[in-house]
Amino acid sequence: MYEFNFAPVFASFDQLLLGAWLTIRLSCAAMLLGLIVSIICAWGKTAGPSLIRFVINAYIEIIRNTPFLVQIFFIFFGLPSLGLRLSPNSAALLALVVNFGAYGTEIIRAGIESIQKGQVEAGTALGLSKLQVFRYIIMKPALRTVYPSLTSQFIYLMLTSSVVSVISADDLAAAGNDLQSATFASFEVYIVITLMYLALSIGFSAIFAAIEKMAFKYPLSR
Amino acid sequence: MIRPFGWNEFLIIVMAAQWTIALSAIAFAGGGIGGLLIALARVSDVRPLRLAALGFIRVFQGTPLLMQLFLVFFGMNIFGLAINPWIAATIALTLHASAFLGEIWRGCIEAVPSGQREAATALGLKYYNRMRYIVLPQAARIAVAPTVGFLVQLIKGTSLAAIIGFTELTRQGQIINNATFSPFMVFGTVAVLYFILCWPLSLLARRMELKFSRATQR
Repeated sequence: MYEFNFAPVFASFDQLLLGAWLTIRLSCAAMLLGLIVSIICAWGKTAGPSLIRFVINAYIEIIRNTPFLVQIFFIFFGLPSLGLRLSPNSAALLALVVNFGAYGTEIIRAGIESIQKGQVEAGTALGLSKLQVFRYIIMKPALRTVYPSLTSQFIYLMLTSSVVSVISADDLAAAGNDLQSATFASFEVYIVITLMYLALSIGFSAIFAAIEKMAFKYPLSR
Repeated sequence: MIRPFGWNEFLIIVMAAQWTIALSAIAFAGGGIGGLLIALARVSDVRPLRLAALGFIRVFQGTPLLMQLFLVFFGMNIFGLAINPWIAATIALTLHASAFLGEIWRGCIEAVPSGQREAATALGLKYYNRMRYIVLPQAARIAVAPTVGFLVQLIKGTSLAAIIGFTELTRQGQIINNATFSPFMVFGTVAVLYFILCWPLSLLARRMELKFSRATQR
């Protein structure tokens, strides 16, 4: 009978917490930067000239139809041969931003397309500039519509970020790998890590629900 | 010794795609069976069954696939089984697919109007026949597009099996890269192969979704 031994795992728990902290920071930074990429690409895809639309479409399709693991290998091992050498943590951030950007673009585009044309025309008729129309008439209600998809995409991003441990970034999964090779209590280590990820996704879901309550208090229609 | 990335290396990587396809197919088949059970448990009238299915889905959707693979991989040792990447990857991906397909299909079953079920009950159909002939065929029509969409996600997910040492497309790429040291070419090739596998499925899913939404709009 196997005897579980969690003592070494909890002895180095601060290491795991440090890893979890980097996972949180990495995911949040990737989401913020990825959101900017998404909004720009979504704008380009709905309003840009056909060449830009083609490039953005190619970017989305390539990212969404290849595994994140291959993307991160490509960025971490492939880009240095083009002269772009990144540290594991920056490569991880870049890969996550590029990945989230593709999914985020599609989500935000769906939100933009849910805005009725009359709204935009009304905004233009009121003399708002193109940017103002985009900011107040399109983006604000669009973001509200797609908020649930965006938050679940963020949870997915955070879970996916565990893959960056393969290029030895210092995230939670990598802290687990280190601890595993030091203690040989593989199963115990990964059980604890998995529960920590579960706690993170439950915690973030709760935070997003609270933000939704505060930020989207105004009624949908009069 | 570093050898150049030539035609042979390219072919070795292409051949490795068969293991990606095999692993995806097995996990999809297993996940299909598991997913159906989970979906039925999720909409069942028995509360404990509903809660158990919900817990299963929450755990598998709330933790990284990589950790699920590690847990099965190292957990097999605890249950006295030899560590085998093939079996570990198959079990982990099957459980993962069961949870996701279960949640997708639950939505599809619930989308079937409840009057259909009530009418079937009124006609005297018992649970099995009601599900088999009335509810599931209608749910299946709604389910096709999102299921194909998930298949893409599953194929991409099989790449993580490389990390526990299962030699499929990504792992073969790593091995070739270690011998040739031309990561740009190697991982470019690997990415193109995944793209060739996934893109047609993505297009198919989108087309079916469009067709379906047009059909239901009328």
